Order: sequence, then structure tokens, then C-alpha cells
Amino acid sequence: MALTKAAMAEKLFTELGLNKREAKEMVDRFFEEIRNALENNEQVKLSGFGNFDLREKSERPGRNPKTGEEIPISARRVVTFRPGQKLRARVSNYAGNNE
Amino acid sequence: MTRSELIDLILQKQPHSQLNPKDVDAVVKTILEQMTASLERGERIEIRGFGSFSLHHRPARMGRNPKTGDSVPLESKYVPHFKPGKELRERVNQSNS
Repeated sequence: MALTKAAMAEKLFTELGLNKREAKEMVDRFFEEIRNALENNEQVKLSGFGNFDLREKSERPGRNPKTGEEIPISARRVVTFRPGQKLRARVSNYAGNNE
Repeated sequence: MTRSELIDLILQKQPHSQLNPKDVDAVVKTILEQMTASLERGERIEIRGFGSFSLHHRPARMGRNPKTGDSVPLESKYVPHFKPGKELRERVNQSNS
């Protein structure tokens, strides 16, 4: 099972005692404010978790995989995520427990 | 935007809640801890319109100590990976054109 917004709101309800409406609102705002910052070309740094960075990609040649036709992939701005030290360290435990 | 700026922005926009700074700080902490714990268990995170987080496997390899140049065996491991969702991709790229 994947973690979803519903499970996050549920956690805020059980752990912090927010009511269901507040809990849902907080989870929605959390992700919306991050999207807003990135949309405004602003890097997002969440200490202990990681950074959401923006990268400018220049135009490059591409191909329609169905037809094989060559079409340029336009220049674009993309989001990349760089996990922080703490997140990396905790995730690397996963291999230890399961392999 | 930093974590504390994010907390301030969330505080300012609460149409249906009246949470104080301490509460919102706890909210952000709880969300990030739950996300980290989920990945730590190997469980994906799926947020529609934002993106998904999953783990990518990195096989064992020989690394080098950059100072001494000695070869060091590195164990296989998992690293967090984020794939932006459609809405996030579009909103970020729209402001570019």
C-alpha cells in the first residue's frame, strides 16, 4: 500500500488531534505551497528531508516511439528532488532489513 | 523556500482552521516524518498532482577514497527517488514559456 494524502490527514487527526477538516486542509496546503514555490521558480529546502530543485533543460532531439518520427523535445523547466542526508541514511536501512 | 517559510505560508492561509505556529510546526514535522518512515519501510508515496516517491536500487560497486585513491567496496543500497506528477510538471514548465 502506498502512502496517500488520506493517510497523512488521518495521522494528523490521531496524532495531533486536529479535526478531520483541519487535517485535510493542512495536508492539501502543505503540497500546494511547495508547488506554488516551484511554480514561481523558487527552490524548496526541507531540512532533514531534502531539496526540490529546478533545472532548465535546453531543447534536444527526440523521437515519437510509435512512428519513429523525429521531433524536437522543447526547452523546459523541470523539478528534481535531492534527498537530504537524514532521509538517505534512513532509507538505506531498508536494504539491510530486507536483503 | 525553507521549512520555516513553508510553515509561515501555511499559517497565513487557513480558511477553516485557526492553528497556531506551534501546531503548524508539528503538522509539517509529522507529515515529513510519516513520509520518511514510509520510504524507510520500502513503501511508496503517491500524491496526485504533486508526484510520487519511491526507492531505487543501487547495486554494490567498487568506490574510491577520493583522498587516498584506495579502492573501497560499497554495498548495494536503496536511494529515494521523486517523480513529479502531471500538474506539478505543467505548472513548473508553464512559468517558463
